[in-house]
Amino acid sequence: MALKIFALDPPGTPPKWWWWLFVGTAAAALLLMPEYLELYVIIDLTSYFIFALLALSMSFLWGYLGILSFGQTAFFGLGGYGYTVLALNTGETTGSIFFALALPMLFSAIVGYFMIYGRISDIYLSVITLVVTLILEKGVRATSGDQYVIGSVRLNGQNGIPTVPALKIPWNTSVEFSFEGFFQLAVVLMVLVYVGLRMLLLTKYGRVLVSIRENERRTELLGYDARKYKLSAFVIAGGIAGLSGAMFAIWGPLAHPQMFGLGRAADVIIWVLIGGKATLIGPIAGAIGIEYLKVWLGTQGVGQVPFVLGLVLMVFVLLFQQGVLPSLGMVISYARQSLRRR
Amino acid sequence: MDQVAIFAYQIGVSFGLFILVSLGLAVIFGMMRVINLAQGEFLMLGAYFCTIITQAGVSLWIAIFLSGLAVGLFGIIVERAIIQFLYGRIVDTLLATWGLSLFLVGGVTWVFGPQTESIASPLGSIPVGDYSVSQYSLVMIAFAVALLVATYCLWRFTRFGLVVRGTMQNANVSASLGINTSLIYMLTFGFGSMLTGIAGAVLVPVIGAYPTLGVAYIAKAFITVISGGQMALLGTISAAGLFGTIDGIVAYIGSSVIGEITVLFVAIILLRLLPLGITGKFKRGV
Repeated sequence: MALKIFALDPPGTPPKWWWWLFVGTAAAALLLMPEYLELYVIIDLTSYFIFALLALSMSFLWGYLGILSFGQTAFFGLGGYGYTVLALNTGETTGSIFFALALPMLFSAIVGYFMIYGRISDIYLSVITLVVTLILEKGVRATSGDQYVIGSVRLNGQNGIPTVPALKIPWNTSVEFSFEGFFQLAVVLMVLVYVGLRMLLLTKYGRVLVSIRENERRTELLGYDARKYKLSAFVIAGGIAGLSGAMFAIWGPLAHPQMFGLGRAADVIIWVLIGGKATLIGPIAGAIGIEYLKVWLGTQGVGQVPFVLGLVLMVFVLLFQQGVLPSLGMVISYARQSLRRR
Repeated sequence: MDQVAIFAYQIGVSFGLFILVSLGLAVIFGMMRVINLAQGEFLMLGAYFCTIITQAGVSLWIAIFLSGLAVGLFGIIVERAIIQFLYGRIVDTLLATWGLSLFLVGGVTWVFGPQTESIASPLGSIPVGDYSVSQYSLVMIAFAVALLVATYCLWRFTRFGLVVRGTMQNANVSASLGINTSLIYMLTFGFGSMLTGIAGAVLVPVIGAYPTLGVAYIAKAFITVISGGQMALLGTISAAGLFGTIDGIVAYIGSSVIGEITVLFVAIILLRLLPLGITGKFKRGV
């Protein structure tokens, strides 16, 4: 059943009944996990689900709008730092989460306006988003001095901010989320964003996005202002990445310049590429799988994880264009067809 | 007066740095349209080759030359192994070269460790009034200008340059005129890599060699070449001039990081106004 979903449920078509069943069962199973699993597994899994959010923001842009935004980590990092700085200053965490959504959205609106309304080509956009995240990293790393203070919070440069406040329950602000509660929150957010994007792609708005991917000129000739659609999608993705960043900072608990870094940016690309950018569930699987692989490689004593990841990336680009899950899906549907012919 | 001299010197160094790190990319990305994200790692390799060769007792000037050749050769290998399958598939090139970049950073860290390998700066400094400037920085600027002029002359005045420009403009026509375009692509890529390798080697006495060196400069290189626009060399010169000046001024007042951030924002606004880059309105040329 699960494989059938990867192979035969292209987003953009209304989901079948079994899709709802699958999502419902999966969500319920995940929510019940803390009952059965060890705490350290739950904590690890939490980070994978947070990364899955980041992967979703990327695959939404790349797979459905055709914009490869290398710099989703810019919004990821901004979300993390935004939450940390505001929550430390005010002590209010729920509001800070919304700020961590709003700040990256504002930033992506500004950067996106200049790039998209400047009509620079998609490939330049990729490079510029990359440059933006690299320079943000450099900027944050340089804030180690005492003079770099926002409110009462020192930015700490290289060392990051280790005192990220834990998230408090919105209706009872004296209680913090437990590890299990935070895990469940991550699951809920991941499922909501997944279903939300899946539904968004069914609307007229989502169809216009896909048609821009297919042929931007033709879409414009049909009377749609492609720039408006691209910019709004860019902002939505920025918000999702920011949310993911805030969650990641809380999970740490650490807001660190590495959140903006090339390493993290590369991870996002690899998740989405390997999971398959033409699906939304693939990148989730990619994020979880690759992060697990990285942890496993680490425990196996492979010191240079980037070395392996780089190799994986090159092989995938040269050999498996579609990503693992769609390739697997294609193999399966091909096998089924040839069986039927007999 | 001294203030002015120092100020001019600062801008000159910025300009030279921008030219050095982006010239190879101007050839590979600006002319060949290959987005090579491993460009920074070519720079890093150049730096490492230069360090190794100098530590073996060879003089720095010969080491710079040899590192250029070594990285050029490496570029040719990369072109044959990866890039040649990806011409025209621009996003795939970007991803594959990024994989290459991670691979190289990981590999070099593996072999040499994460620490900075440094070599002594070979020249002293010249006093300018109350200040002193390092002679080597002047050499760096000279290298930048020399490489620029050499590249321009190669493209503009030799038969090889003519063939390269023709092939980049229209590979089919070149092929039908009996030119081995695959070979030309390979050599051009190698030449771009060589320029980057030399740049890396020239920078070693100033910044040392460390595995993540490339990341520090790749952003600079890309904004320079993209802002430059269609005409790879002229565009790079003008963008490097503009950004070098801004960077020099801001770095003189504030810090070098603020300089870099300012340059980025200027570049983004510039691209809003001139989406095709500074030379976008010009006819295609060198």
